[in-house]
Amino acid sequence: MWLAAILATLPLILLLFHLLREGASSIDLAFFTRLPKPVGEAGGGMAHAIVGTLILVGIAGAIGLPVGIGAGLYLAEQRGARLATSVRFLSDVLNGMPSIVMGIFAWHFLVRPVGHFSALAGGIALGAMMIPLVTRATEEMVRIVPTALREAALALGYPHWRTSVSIVLRTALPGIVTAALVAIARIAGETAPLLFTAFGNAWWSVRVDQPIAALPLQIYEYAKSPYDDWHRLAWAAALVLIGLVLIISLLARFVTRSRHGGVGD
Amino acid sequence: MTDAVPAAPEPLAVAPPDGSTALEGRSAADAVYRSLTTAFAVAIPVLLAFITFEVVAAAWPALRQFGFGFLTSSAWDPVRSQFGAAPMIFGTIVSSLLALILAAPLALGVAIFLSEFSPRWLRQPVSFLVDLLAAIPSVVYGLWGIFVLLPVLRETVMPFLANTLGLGRTPFFSGPAYGNSMLAAAVILAIMILPYISAVSREVLMAVPRSQREAALAMGATKWEMIRDAVIPYARSGILGGLILGLGRALGETMAVTMLIGNRHEISTSLFAPGYTLASVIANEFAEATNELHTSALMACGAVLLVVTLVVNAVARWLVWSVAREPKS
Repeated sequence: MWLAAILATLPLILLLFHLLREGASSIDLAFFTRLPKPVGEAGGGMAHAIVGTLILVGIAGAIGLPVGIGAGLYLAEQRGARLATSVRFLSDVLNGMPSIVMGIFAWHFLVRPVGHFSALAGGIALGAMMIPLVTRATEEMVRIVPTALREAALALGYPHWRTSVSIVLRTALPGIVTAALVAIARIAGETAPLLFTAFGNAWWSVRVDQPIAALPLQIYEYAKSPYDDWHRLAWAAALVLIGLVLIISLLARFVTRSRHGGVGD
Repeated sequence: MTDAVPAAPEPLAVAPPDGSTALEGRSAADAVYRSLTTAFAVAIPVLLAFITFEVVAAAWPALRQFGFGFLTSSAWDPVRSQFGAAPMIFGTIVSSLLALILAAPLALGVAIFLSEFSPRWLRQPVSFLVDLLAAIPSVVYGLWGIFVLLPVLRETVMPFLANTLGLGRTPFFSGPAYGNSMLAAAVILAIMILPYISAVSREVLMAVPRSQREAALAMGATKWEMIRDAVIPYARSGILGGLILGLGRALGETMAVTMLIGNRHEISTSLFAPGYTLASVIANEFAEATNELHTSALMACGAVLLVVTLVVNAVARWLVWSVAREPKS
């Protein structure tokens, strides 16, 4: 059993080790501020892909968070209702849907009719992936809010909606923020849904109705290429992406730890 | 039902802290709030149905043209517009099952270690590290696979399997060892689904009631006998659900597989040979698809994948829930 635990953590340690060894040397200020150079020229960076990823995640969050939190509140408050049971089940099923299928959906729905790739389509595909993650986590967080707190608010004459919004939701907020961060960390690294929606872009673009670059797409592109320079940049981009994901995850843990204690009191 | 708030007592003559008019307008505002959250909740089934509809619509031209033969034919000829998904279906199933076989013992080992053997101080860090495996983006696994895993497989593992163990004479490990292969895809998939299986298994193992363990120990069972005869049988269907959930992940995994499997439309018995999966063909060929039918055939691969993963996931969830719902004794 000890062996299993060691073997299971080994790939992660190896992966992080190689990322650091191959990627760290290529990360400098230019990586964050410049655009890629043509093959053969040294230097260049991935400013456009970093900004692109942030924009895509922003669009996804604007869709995934409100829907997910609203649905999660519903599930927690109407726990026994038949609709809640089926929504809970279907949201788990949606969570298991392959990410490339989300890409097909967004392509057929938003790219094909318009005739060109767009950041918006990519963001919507990612947002759809976020909904079930946020829903189930919100439900869980709202559920652990003590009933006594809710009853106290109702006893004071608060209407149901105010109880839910200003007492229950507020108490569960740190947990929900954590859940949102975890969901964002999860989708920030997704590539498959972006392949034929955001598509990638070699140039600087921040317009949501145009193709946009993203770090995961850039890693895929560069890893497949035959050029050593691009392989180096791919490692560096992967390191930055993992760094982003780790920072968000750690932030999530920090939010939970520093304020979550308040829930039970 | 359980948390249904007891009928709110009629408020006394105390105004709510903000002085709003609690009694009037309450039902209207409550109705708005209620219907708003209901709308968000209903959005989920609607979205699921809409996604299914859109994907089937995208796949329709190819499905209409080839019908059931799309699933059984191995022709893939964009020039003559002949498409069949049999090699991809084969590759998807083989790579995922192989990944499951590789990952299951390890994942269960970790879960049992964490729930039964681990010293308390080690539990948190180990589960954090294993969970972190799930947070690594697929494309990063692919990158690592290309530059680290493939050379190791090509130069060490494959010659070892074929020559040292003498398995090269069997049809399963024959042929040249390029690296890019079904085996490489299965190994990376195994690493990727491990955290999912172990997380679910750990949860259901932890949910086994204490009395169950204590009863076994009181009967004179050793720790290992207790785990084998009292703990695992109790958690069996939950563990099975976790395994199927992992299988679902493996079936739909795209990027890492596309980067490692070698992308060839052929059914080969050898694990050293390149293959293809439903997801990776879409990722790999979409940009090159020249005509409408080729694109639609790719979408049809997506539709097949969608149906399969929906069924697999539904079964898995149902199994996990059936454990979680059992009354705890």
